[in-house]
Amino acid sequence: MSNTTVMPDRSAGTPATSTRHERRGQRRPRKPINTQFRTAVSPHQLNTTRGRIVYWIVLVIVVVSFTAAFVFPLYWMVTGAMKSTEELNAIPPTFLPSHFSLDGYLEAWDLLGLGTLLGNTALYAGGAWLLTLAVDVSAAYALSKLRPALGKVVLALMLSTLMIPPMVIMLPAYLTVKDVPIFGWNLLNTPWAIWLPAAANGFNVFLLKRFFDSIPRELLEAAEIDGASPGRILWSVVIPISRPILGVVSILTVVNVWRDFVWPLLVLPDSDKMSVSIGIASLSSQMPQNVLVASLVIASIPTIVVFFLFQRHIMAGLTAGSLKG
Amino acid sequence: MTTASIPAAGGRRRQPTRLRRAVRRNVTAYGFLCGALICFGFFSWYPMVREVILSFQKTNFVDPPKWVGLENFRTIVDDPAFGPAWVNTALFTVLALLCGYGIPFVTAIVLNELRHARAYLRFVVYLPVMLPPAVSVLLFQWFYNPDYGLFNQVLDLFHLPGLQWLNSTSTALISLVIVSTWMNMGSGTLIYLAALQTIPSELYEAAELDGAGLFKRIRHVTIPQTKLILLVMLLLQIVATMQVFIEPYLLTGGGPENATVSVVYLMYQYAFNFGNLNAGNALGLMLMIVLMVFSAIYLRVSRDNTV
Repeated sequence: MSNTTVMPDRSAGTPATSTRHERRGQRRPRKPINTQFRTAVSPHQLNTTRGRIVYWIVLVIVVVSFTAAFVFPLYWMVTGAMKSTEELNAIPPTFLPSHFSLDGYLEAWDLLGLGTLLGNTALYAGGAWLLTLAVDVSAAYALSKLRPALGKVVLALMLSTLMIPPMVIMLPAYLTVKDVPIFGWNLLNTPWAIWLPAAANGFNVFLLKRFFDSIPRELLEAAEIDGASPGRILWSVVIPISRPILGVVSILTVVNVWRDFVWPLLVLPDSDKMSVSIGIASLSSQMPQNVLVASLVIASIPTIVVFFLFQRHIMAGLTAGSLKG
Repeated sequence: MTTASIPAAGGRRRQPTRLRRAVRRNVTAYGFLCGALICFGFFSWYPMVREVILSFQKTNFVDPPKWVGLENFRTIVDDPAFGPAWVNTALFTVLALLCGYGIPFVTAIVLNELRHARAYLRFVVYLPVMLPPAVSVLLFQWFYNPDYGLFNQVLDLFHLPGLQWLNSTSTALISLVIVSTWMNMGSGTLIYLAALQTIPSELYEAAELDGAGLFKRIRHVTIPQTKLILLVMLLLQIVATMQVFIEPYLLTGGGPENATVSVVYLMYQYAFNFGNLNAGNALGLMLMIVLMVFSAIYLRVSRDNTV
């Protein structure tokens, strides 16, 4: 039965189909399960009566358990923020808050100074994004297309940082931020303490360089013959055709800074300089439970929105990172 | 190299031009590189070297640093929390692998078979990964509360006795593993799912013709075809989970009775609570060496197989 032509017919005859379904539904399946992509389960087995029953049971179990495991905690969080302390302590718990109010959220916003915290975090993420792009793109361009002497050594040294997880060098890195050698600056409680280390990201350089390597040399040579300087070539030729990888690097950078916990905990101890994660964590023990939960909801809204908007990029970055990293 | 095609206007003129071009190219290239060199130099390379140096020194940032040999290592090894920290970290890693490695792979296999609600399931399983880790951890702190937490309320619903979760030495570590699995399993699932979708369907058809049942097909087609990604993810996950910090830091503070103290958490405590930065560094160096072994294997595996 073809689906495309049936559309109006089906909507007109909905009551009829349900009765027909009752009479002879089990014997003759109306719509075979799509087996366009062959997987471990045999398509023939899948479309037998038994196969279909098993399939639908498994599907329902998976959808219900996923919803329970991943959506329900978030539902509980969003509604928990609307309940009063007494209601939160009530046994048995109420599934819906007894009355709908956003007071918990407003209270959290004021008590924790979430406006400041979110503003700080946006500043850190935005600055890290710009600096990372500027620094890593030009470095990858130099290593890929200008090929200076010792370029291979520099690249190897940058990639070697991938072998050392940032956690284990956090103490000496902290000391460096506290007293930058040669310059003698103290970067604690300044955005630079987040921005500069974020730009030192070997993985970004690796991703970008690999992409730049695939740009045909002729394209750049043509621009060079037209008299374009290396900077001009980067800006007008390389960057416009590198949009996809720039998107991936941008999202990775912003999301990493937004989610990071340990590093901002060390380098931004001042309470009005904190990022949102640290701010909430540091005040968590003094807050009533519903206010704390409301602040958790507010803190997760930006990342969820980013996820909604850039889902495809994020998934692409995920597989780029692990399949080929 | 690229300049070799310049028309030769005579041997004498050609040499300096090429040299000058090479110099100019190098100057430009290092001009583009200088930002990265500064960032990497100060915040990656120098700390790596300094990690080693500080481990063998005594510094108080007033007097000049003093070389003390292995004293920092002795301090850290003698700490009563040293043994538990490594044991807990290892145990946490093993448990997190059992949950966070097996569950995503099985989930991915099941998801790959489904023909409906795929986008929804993919979205939902990745949702916790997008939350800031601090949010997930604090959310679970509430769920774990023995009096009004969600988990004990659910147990109560089924007339089961509530658990102490984070407050008991027997359940504290596994509670951390649950949070960690919940907030991280999305990325593993999606990576495996992407890998499963690259398996050619002919292999399954051939296996079926040979009479292999469903489980045999998974055993002899799915697993061998995803072996590389499974290995890479195993190594990545070991490196990631051995650095566990935020869960003990926010949930238990290493307690009860050192039941959840981890290596990185102990390192943090030495540096910022006990005021002995050098001993913290020594511990960091030990962890660095352990993790570098896994990282090196990871790099070798992924490089050998993806060119």
